[in-house]
Amino acid sequence: MSAEQAQQQIIEEFSAYEDWLDKYNLLIEMGKDIPVIDPRHKTNNHLINGCQSRVWLHAELRDDGKVYFSADSDAVITRGMVSLLIRVLSGRTPDEILNTNLHFIDAIGLTEHLSPTRSNGLVSMIKQMKLYAQVFQLKTKN
Amino acid sequence: MSTLPDVDALRQSFPALAQTVYGKPLIYLDNGATTQKPLSVINRLKQYYKAENANIHRGVHYLSQLSTDAFEKARASVAAHINARQKHEIIFTRGTTEAINLIAHSFAQHLNKNAPKVLITAMEHHSNLVPWQQWVLQNGGRLMVAGLKPDGSLNMEHFEALLEEQPDIVAITHVSNVLGTVNPVKAITSIAHARGIPVLVDGAQAIAHMPVDIQDIDCDFYVFSGHKAYGPMGVGVLYGKEVWLDRLPPYQFGGEMVDRVSFDTTTFNELPFKFEAGTPNVGAVLALETALSFIRKTGYEAIAAHEHNLTSYGHQLLSRVEDIEFYGTAPGKEAVISFNIKGIHPYDLGTLLDKMGIAVRTGHHCAQPLMDHLGIPGTVRASMAVYNTLNEMERLAEAVNKAAMMLR
Ligand SMILES: Cc1ncc(COP(=O)(O)O)c(C=O)c1O
Repeated sequence: MSAEQAQQQIIEEFSAYEDWLDKYNLLIEMGKDIPVIDPRHKTNNHLINGCQSRVWLHAELRDDGKVYFSADSDAVITRGMVSLLIRVLSGRTPDEILNTNLHFIDAIGLTEHLSPTRSNGLVSMIKQMKLYAQVFQLKTKN
Repeated sequence: MSTLPDVDALRQSFPALAQTVYGKPLIYLDNGATTQKPLSVINRLKQYYKAENANIHRGVHYLSQLSTDAFEKARASVAAHINARQKHEIIFTRGTTEAINLIAHSFAQHLNKNAPKVLITAMEHHSNLVPWQQWVLQNGGRLMVAGLKPDGSLNMEHFEALLEEQPDIVAITHVSNVLGTVNPVKAITSIAHARGIPVLVDGAQAIAHMPVDIQDIDCDFYVFSGHKAYGPMGVGVLYGKEVWLDRLPPYQFGGEMVDRVSFDTTTFNELPFKFEAGTPNVGAVLALETALSFIRKTGYEAIAAHEHNLTSYGHQLLSRVEDIEFYGTAPGKEAVISFNIKGIHPYDLGTLLDKMGIAVRTGHHCAQPLMDHLGIPGTVRASMAVYNTLNEMERLAEAVNKAAMMLR
């Protein structure tokens, strides 16, 4: 499944719900399926700044040339949001990650969380994921 | 019962309360951050910019005189509100934070000493902590922090023990913005004065809820913000005893605060202008006067009676929520309920409450050291004002229950 297909799938899943609370319920449920970060990596080094809750994010470049993310958060809504990002961006090449426009966030009505003044750090998470991709891209091109 | 305010009627004059968010009626319980404004305050601002706007203390013309007179009348009215002896003991600032920075800065210059000591408490807002901390850090001094008891009240034994080490100044909040604790500022001032130590009281969370009589408290400085007391943002009040304000050097320099300027030297204007450099927020000062008059008209007694009902009812309803923990249960606490539910992050709870139309604050509330002291990352805080209703407390409790169920 491409990143675009993953986004379409997420949009479809959220479109089943009208009520805000139901959407958040879904988000919380999705957070439970997150590829959980290895406790070894749950350190300050992997902590993302700018969140009211704590978010740890790890990325590794595997032999298949793709980047795999794992994460965790002490807040379940935040964990749900990272899990969506991971669904879209994990298991893709650095190029794909850098070129993906995350339009699903707007489409499922979570745009408000994209505001840089929002304290959940969704913006910081995206930035961090793209930064990892950038670093790996440089590595693979060398 | 006759002292209770007519809340339904009151709410009519707060247009911001009549809206819906996410399709639900707004329940505004973030009054500790800032209160909504009554129409009288909004209209006062409008009126100023429509008909009275002119720079003050400067022009010979009609409008300038009009706004100058209104500004000085507002000063007198603020002085009367807190029972200050003289109107020039009232300095207008941008808010509580600026007022504390002003005193910390000018007091430091005045004292001009190595290794200064400042006594604060573990429940201070960053605004009444960082300005003092930075001063003592830069001069090899020490910030002394009086601890708390488990119910969130001040540990007076500890406070008195630290007082014996003869700090240069005591800076203490009147009411804690997280715990709601009301500190015995009059008694504290009296024991500090007995040792010749001046006292600054941070009244940011007090002025909207309880009458403040500056002569009765007898503190040397008292500060508050307009926006937490039904007034506009961008204006605050610094009360200082005349003897202190005379003694302290100016904080900022520029127009208005000078007497005579030459290229070689400057003499400064008299009080209160010495501390009011530059053009003040005239419209906001006038609207602050209106806000304080709204409070007096409603009556502190009525406000307190209603808010205490809200607080104890809220506590009673919320205490039925499984695994809830309250922070701050001191007797006579103000209209603030801080809590967590075991195993649930305050951010999650706050986010879901928001989606149910309930505005609360989550996080550390600008009191990180207090959070460290309590060993938690943050709390959910519901802070009430006179226009909140018992029904809103019921809806809060229902929403917290519902959110907790989703998050468990
Ligand atoms: C106890 C206390 N002190 C100081 C402040 C700072 O007030 P302002 O931001 O209006 O300067 C606040 C505001 O949250 C407060 O609650």
